[in-house]
Amino acid sequence: MENKDYMKLVYDFYNELLVNKFTLVYEGEITHQVTKAFASLTETKMDSYSENTSIKKKVFHVLIECLQNLSKHANDNSPGLKAGFSGNGIFIVGRLGNEDKDYQILTGNMVENMKIPELKALLEEINHLDKNGLKELFKKQIREGSLSEKGGASLGLIDVARKTGEKLEYNFIDIDDQNSFFILRTKITRN
Amino acid sequence: MKKVEIKGTDDTPNIILDAGSSILEFSGRSLPEDVVTFYEPLIKWVEQYAKSPNKKTEVIFRLDYFNTASSKILLDILLIFEDIHKNGNEVMVHWYFEKDDEDMGEAGEEYSEIVDIPFKIHSY
Repeated sequence: MENKDYMKLVYDFYNELLVNKFTLVYEGEITHQVTKAFASLTETKMDSYSENTSIKKKVFHVLIECLQNLSKHANDNSPGLKAGFSGNGIFIVGRLGNEDKDYQILTGNMVENMKIPELKALLEEINHLDKNGLKELFKKQIREGSLSEKGGASLGLIDVARKTGEKLEYNFIDIDDQNSFFILRTKITRN
Repeated sequence: MKKVEIKGTDDTPNIILDAGSSILEFSGRSLPEDVVTFYEPLIKWVEQYAKSPNKKTEVIFRLDYFNTASSKILLDILLIFEDIHKNGNEVMVHWYFEKDDEDMGEAGEEYSEIVDIPFKIHSY
């Protein structure tokens, strides 16, 4: 590629971020340090315009749970995953809605196709429950789930749905016979 | 039993486990990188305490934030106190939350529904 193409690419990329109101974009390995750094960065930013405590806590909470879901995948050394893919994820924080006062958090990561049915079933279960149903599911999961298996991801997704009061939007994009790209979108709105 | 005092960090809570004063306290933030390893010695302490608890124990939670992995561990800790209570000892849990933080208040209510221990929820 010619140099000038890169020049244009950077400008286009910059514009894409502005148009979509993406305020934080990261692609790469998600570790505990990265998670803490983003949490603190986002917190400081929200403090700078005196975001209200309830929204601030919700954004912080959802951000951490989403990043920890990704970092769990980053630790996944399943033989089915191609080297270099399992550690990578994309993480985006953006503004939304009326006067851009709401937030969205988007994540994307590779998942093995064999894990999709279980993940999809959980996401669908969550999306079909109301506030009380989610509370009951959380209570059931926290009592019965074990930390090494269910303690992480399934509590996290239920919790995100509860804290935001929004449905979890998701998609699985086919990559090949083994893997798909999983995208999760959560919104934090002032409802 | 030896008093345990752990100073909190940006991802781990302040913890005081003091059999002498019968007050056990957890405050601050809990999102350790490895929840199990962080809480293991503390759970061991509480399990040991449960073998010969004081007649009266106060457990104080004053947390600003905890992740879902920590929420599971907190339940494990509360379940040990439930046993202490079931064995005829007085246990009182005080759950403090910042008044704007309804989610933290709700979390306290939920724990009080799951475990059978006297629970007082306070906003500040």
